[in-house]
Amino acid sequence: MLRIDRATYDAIVAHARKDHPDEACGVVAGPEGTERPERIVPMLNAARSPTFYEFDSADLLALYRDLDDRDEWPVVVYHSHTATEAYPSRTDIGYASGPAADPRTHYVLVSTRHHGPETGLAGDDVEFRSYRIVDGEVSEEEVEIVESYLFGHSPTTVVYD
Amino acid sequence: MAIEVRIPTILRTHTGGNKTVEGSGGTLAALIDDLDSQHAGLKDRLVTEEGKLHRFVNVYVNDEDVRFTGALDTEVKDGDSVTILPAVAGGC
Repeated sequence: MLRIDRATYDAIVAHARKDHPDEACGVVAGPEGTERPERIVPMLNAARSPTFYEFDSADLLALYRDLDDRDEWPVVVYHSHTATEAYPSRTDIGYASGPAADPRTHYVLVSTRHHGPETGLAGDDVEFRSYRIVDGEVSEEEVEIVESYLFGHSPTTVVYD
Repeated sequence: MAIEVRIPTILRTHTGGNKTVEGSGGTLAALIDDLDSQHAGLKDRLVTEEGKLHRFVNVYVNDEDVRFTGALDTEVKDGDSVTILPAVAGGC
């Protein structure tokens, strides 16, 4: 299960909306070894593409140096799909199964295919789903949104299956 | 003096949990061989059967991504700092 606070959830969705129709990407860092996504770090999609995302190589190095200095690791790696469902693609699975990729990472996928600016509808919707990807195997996990990490893990307001 | 190598979290299973290890060699390929002799299994995670650097892995010598400096033939020397990271990318 991914437990994430409301503000971080909203920030990921806002990032995806803003970059639509290109894919948005980033990480949520937390103390190394923990499951607590506490600090969102939006990244530039170096591919600037509606069908591909990539952390720039130099940005990736800078990100990890910063995480290292803070004794953090990427609890969540997120990106958006802008025309397809929020489910990992073959490319996503390939990278996430790479030999240096940590299988403890939560992969959050957001889809903006039905969001307001795309459809012109008032009742817009952004899918938000989370997965573990281990050796090419995808398993979806529950997402629990908590109001704040700073004041404990309750009250729970919304649980998305 | 030696070459300091930063190891990503998942590969620390090969280094007894150590975040950084030290090795030697004149090229990245030689360095990886030396690391593998100390930390068995590391090379298989970084280098493919065809002898190329794995495409889902980024390796930097100091600040330079070795993809742009000769990949496994990149020259390294004592005092250099090498960083291994998972590439982060994907697409729909």
